[in-house]
Amino acid sequence: MSLDIILAGVGGQGILSIAFVLDSAALDAGFDFKQAEVHGMSQRGGAVQSHLRMSKETIHSDLIPDGGVDLVLAVEPLESLRYAHSLSPGGTVVTSANPFVNIPSYPDLAGIHAQIAALPQHVLVPSAGLAKHAGSGRAENMVMLGAGSWLYPFGDELCLKYIEQMFAKKSQRLVDVNQKAYRYGQAASAFYRRGLAAGLGSDQLLKILGVLDPDTLDEGTAPAWKAALQNFPTMLDADLPVHTVPGTMAFMLELIRNGELG
Amino acid sequence: MERLILMGDEAIAQAAIDAGIMGAWAYPGTPSTEIFEYIEGHKPADRQIFTQWSANEKTAYEEALGMSYAGGRCIVSMKHVGLNVAADAFMNSAITGANGGLVCIVADDPSMHSSQNEQDTRFFAQFAHVPCLEPSTQQEAYDMVYRALSFSEEIELPVLVRIVTRLAHSRAPVVPQPRIDQPRQPLITDKNRFILLPANARRHWAALIGRWSEVEQSVWDLGLDKLELRGSKLGVIAAGVSWNYLQENLAGVEHEISTMKVGAYPLNKPMLAQLFAHCDQVLVAEDGYPFIEQALRGVLDTPPKPVVGRITGQLPRTGELSPTTLRPALGLPAQPTATPPIANLSGRPPALCKGCPHITSYLALNKVMAEHGDGGRVLSDIGCYTLGALPPYTAIDTCVDMGASVSMAIGAAATGVFPAVAVIGDSTFAHSGMTGLLDAVRANINMVLVILDNDITAMTGRQESALVGSPLIKLLEGIGVDPEHIRVVNPIPKHQEAIEQVFREEIAYTGLSVVIPTRPCIQIRRK
Repeated sequence: MSLDIILAGVGGQGILSIAFVLDSAALDAGFDFKQAEVHGMSQRGGAVQSHLRMSKETIHSDLIPDGGVDLVLAVEPLESLRYAHSLSPGGTVVTSANPFVNIPSYPDLAGIHAQIAALPQHVLVPSAGLAKHAGSGRAENMVMLGAGSWLYPFGDELCLKYIEQMFAKKSQRLVDVNQKAYRYGQAASAFYRRGLAAGLGSDQLLKILGVLDPDTLDEGTAPAWKAALQNFPTMLDADLPVHTVPGTMAFMLELIRNGELG
Repeated sequence: MERLILMGDEAIAQAAIDAGIMGAWAYPGTPSTEIFEYIEGHKPADRQIFTQWSANEKTAYEEALGMSYAGGRCIVSMKHVGLNVAADAFMNSAITGANGGLVCIVADDPSMHSSQNEQDTRFFAQFAHVPCLEPSTQQEAYDMVYRALSFSEEIELPVLVRIVTRLAHSRAPVVPQPRIDQPRQPLITDKNRFILLPANARRHWAALIGRWSEVEQSVWDLGLDKLELRGSKLGVIAAGVSWNYLQENLAGVEHEISTMKVGAYPLNKPMLAQLFAHCDQVLVAEDGYPFIEQALRGVLDTPPKPVVGRITGQLPRTGELSPTTLRPALGLPAQPTATPPIANLSGRPPALCKGCPHITSYLALNKVMAEHGDGGRVLSDIGCYTLGALPPYTAIDTCVDMGASVSMAIGAAATGVFPAVAVIGDSTFAHSGMTGLLDAVRANINMVLVILDNDITAMTGRQESALVGSPLIKLLEGIGVDPEHIRVVNPIPKHQEAIEQVFREEIAYTGLSVVIPTRPCIQIRRK
């Protein structure tokens, strides 16, 4: 049993905190691991990555060979594409949909999303909104940690344990915020995957995730959304004011749950 | 058994603590910085370990040599180019030899992730006649440093341990060994041993050469090299992290490749002879320069059997190796991937932080330099402020080595460049800028030295700087800079025009001026 991950993002986005949780959880679960990271100059807002390998058998190389990466877990969409070529044929990109724009030549975002959606296996998560909803815009890294969690060879309790350990020194509030961010990322990722399987497009799914209250995210609702969108194809395009009118979303979900939408 | 999660750097540090060091010295430099930081943060409560960030790698090495001379175990750590600065002390320490165990850790940076070159420290070890150990894994890094400290005492020589970025900054579980509380070695009573007067030095040098084959044998007896003979078609020699890449590619593959792991230098001649006797062709995989490959090929390019590697093009001539680049040289097919590389992705270079005080300094300097057309030059140095080379600032013209801004500005000014401006940070100035400034003072060079004082060594992660604030001003006055032309400014955006005026005035002054934009690094204020 093994998992080879490339963590990607921009210096300052908290890649190494994701690595700390995964390293500790892997060791706790009886895995051997190696985790190579980049320090120094690139930590100043440049592209950063970390190779993280866990296995029940001996791990030889600190670097994962091209074609050996099971998961590219990225806190930034452009950065996720930088390592896509190292994915194994069955490998998955799980990335934030929200760009971190600190370069003048940042490409068209819709184009980046389309390139990601064209990969064999992918998940896009609106981590910025989810992190804010959890209580801190800086918790995007923990949203993404949660978003990749269905692939980890250990349970959520280990991730949550080391999130707690990481933030316990700072405050209980930060522990709660970051654990919540993890849960939101996990729910959004499950919803997104279920939505793709049900035949929704990545852009539709990002819009739905943008308006759904993360506390109500449930992968069971994804097929209902598909049905709803089939019946009312312009619903998302019309930019339904669900996020501005209190109660609308709950009402929509009620309709979905009752089977009245789809 | 307890397992610690340690980066290569930290494994080395933990090993040094466990092997009973009494002191550790270093100057920060990626990828070596965390060695010293870890020791400083993990001193045992019941034992004294002296630690200090040194002014530069030369003072660091000499401080360690002094402790070794006095009988204490110690380590000194630096990045590869730092050993250039420490080279005088390092080379001579092979002639004096060591008393207390002296281990010098040098972290090379192949592919220049955070460096100006990718020089290979193994040449320095060979040059000085000092044994060099090269670990592949975090555990080996621990075990080798743990052993190297006592080994240094046994052979009475300093021992060099060479690592590379990929090991320095990669984490893995490490099993530590029992802590040794090593007492001091007795003081040296032979007065001639550390006095390198020519008469003594000649004797010591001849003695070192005379016992070199014994030293070689004791290095080989450490058992750090491994030979596994299988088929005769291909033998692969791999050193350091390249060994990991070889294992990665061969794991789970049925193969007949014979292998030799190199873990120590001087190279294990008897083992190499066995490999060459057995194999028809030898591939050398090593990170850094083709040190082993060159040695095997010799000056005449006549190895006993065909030797291939970086020199012959089977492996890339420059840059670090990886499991991917090694694979085709082993005759293995490329692994399938989900998608080909995505072309034309925008790069994302590092940048000065939002709110960084250097930004205001550079914006002001750019404005004033532009008033002088294209005749002026800004000679800069090594630190965060080197990022002033990139857009939107493109404010500097050179960055060569620690301290070169000051001394190169002297040369440029002497050639008629006007304005000649040197830009250096506080830590780099303390490291190697002061001596150049003394030259500038004595010749009253018409230049402006800008010392960006942000109270810290920022680029490597905020280590204590040796010379900041008022002691820096006192030093400038003491060294002979005219106090009227020592100008301290506060680099925040609302003062930019005032700073421009200061630059204007000091450029107009014919002679040496020093402008000191003083404001703590934004990263300190965020802490």
